[in-house]
Amino acid sequence: MTKSLNGVGMDQDSPGKLKQEANWIRLSAMTMTHNAQLGHTGGDLSSADILAVLYFGGVLRVDPSQPNWPQRDRFVLSKGHCSGAFYSALAARGFFPPAQLKTHMEPLSMLNGHPDRNKLPGVEANTGPLGHGLPIAVGAALAARMRKESWRVFVLTGDGELQEGSNWEAAMTAQHYGLDNLTVIVDRNRIQQGDFTENTIRMEPLAARWSAFGFAVDEVDGHDPAGLLDRFSHLPIQPGKPSCIIANTVKGKGFSLAENQPAWHHGVPDHEQLAAAAVELGMEVGW
Amino acid sequence: MSATEVLQSGAGCTSQQLFDCRDAYIRALEEMAADDPRVCAVANDSVSSAKLKGFRAKFPDRFVNVGIAEQNMVGVGAGLANGGMIPYVCGAACFLTARAMEQVKVDLAYSKSNVKLCGMSPGMAYGQLGSTHHSIEDLAWTRVLPNLAVVVPADPIETAAAMRYSKVHEGPMYLRISRMPVPRVHGDDYEFKFGKAVLLRQGSDVTLMATGVLVSRALQAASALAARGISARVLNVSTIKPLDEEAILDAARTTRAIVTAEEAFARGGLGGAVAELLVQNHPVPMRILGVPDSFPPTGSAEFLMEHLGLSAAGIENAALDLLKDKR
Repeated sequence: MTKSLNGVGMDQDSPGKLKQEANWIRLSAMTMTHNAQLGHTGGDLSSADILAVLYFGGVLRVDPSQPNWPQRDRFVLSKGHCSGAFYSALAARGFFPPAQLKTHMEPLSMLNGHPDRNKLPGVEANTGPLGHGLPIAVGAALAARMRKESWRVFVLTGDGELQEGSNWEAAMTAQHYGLDNLTVIVDRNRIQQGDFTENTIRMEPLAARWSAFGFAVDEVDGHDPAGLLDRFSHLPIQPGKPSCIIANTVKGKGFSLAENQPAWHHGVPDHEQLAAAAVELGMEVGW
Repeated sequence: MSATEVLQSGAGCTSQQLFDCRDAYIRALEEMAADDPRVCAVANDSVSSAKLKGFRAKFPDRFVNVGIAEQNMVGVGAGLANGGMIPYVCGAACFLTARAMEQVKVDLAYSKSNVKLCGMSPGMAYGQLGSTHHSIEDLAWTRVLPNLAVVVPADPIETAAAMRYSKVHEGPMYLRISRMPVPRVHGDDYEFKFGKAVLLRQGSDVTLMATGVLVSRALQAASALAARGISARVLNVSTIKPLDEEAILDAARTTRAIVTAEEAFARGGLGGAVAELLVQNHPVPMRILGVPDSFPPTGSAEFLMEHLGLSAAGIENAALDLLKDKR
């Protein structure tokens, strides 16, 4: 299931294949979490389709053989706790050997619980505390503009994460400078660590908020590869404005026991649950 | 006057005139921006306080004003560095550090981002505005972070030299740019050596280790001590991190006592760094001059410096007290 395509302008996988790749990311992330007895299953599973489309749908212009290629698109995982899915996507894309996923959170591993760009190729920013990714993405988008270069910046945030005010500071900057080389993707799974977002701090009307902050906004089904691919293939949404894509997702998607359950934010699957997830996802546990 | 002449003369300061180090900082920044298209500036509304009006006019495409948003400001700096720029993130030291400390820790220090923070008007430069606007915690906060260099220039010559060095320094750096007027303490031929304390005056009885605006006061104290027959060495510890351990240990071995002086809380800053080093290697009697463990009262910068003993007389008295203990 892993693939290692060097070079940019990679082929765009079909929606059916992207779904398989997303499910591989899901089972890999769950296996890592089971192995480490630590992780964030709910968000790993909700973000898997988005990551698969970005890395295997021909969206991100990145080159695993030169991870620091200056002209690469930048992808910032602001919801750094979903490192299981992110690392799985990076490994599958060829940034490092998938066998290295087995070291997740082990002593002296390069795969820290939250991503460290100085340890792992393909990581653009050290994230973990929430509300850090968007300001960094805005800075990178400004750099591309200052350098008159055509690379783009994508940032994936959680939805509860948007309670951090730094996101809205950054949103104002993106709007003021008209950064249409910047795309914010919100993994709108409606659950944060303690509860549903709407029971914690109401996030709705989320699209209207982004719109009011000057973003061109679209909402998509975050589990529909074809729809995500179509949306990501037509950016910016509106020239002159930063884009915000609200990907409506289900926390824990793909493992029915975990779906839409706040307790699975950082739930850890036991051996039987991992086996059950593999059956649901239609693949075998790799290690 | 050359640095050697200054050292030999023992005259202390090299100018009568006083300078705002922000002028030297912005001249250097504009010169670097003219030379190198990667140099850019990030401001948080206070374009005048950070002396960035000229920069904005000369390099409008490389000037970003994020508004009053320091967390975002530091994150934007990290992103600009990721994109191949060399950002100078310039704001009042009190807000730049305190408000954005997690971004400084994670986006810069932990990430090793090539971002230069210019903390303007640090210490108690904002005097009467009060403790909200003082930045006397910043040395303790910044120097504990791995990878983050901390530099406190003592005069306009060192400010310009440290700025020029910062551009070639790989990695994050916090530069504390003084607003409180200071005389020159370095010669025109001064070369900034990162991580090296500057020997400004040789001496054998006691070493005065000062940083920033306290350096000229330490030189004046050394002259006063000389009149009493006491030979005081003066080290300008402009690089707080990494600390020049060699020069400090040498001072501990070859003089009898050490006085540190800084425009910051006396806990956790330069004095703390020196004490941590010496207590584990070569303990000697020490006095740590700084702001005591309480927020300063209302008063002008000049008043507060005198009131808290952060003066030539305060340093002189601390040295006399220490040497008396030793007798």
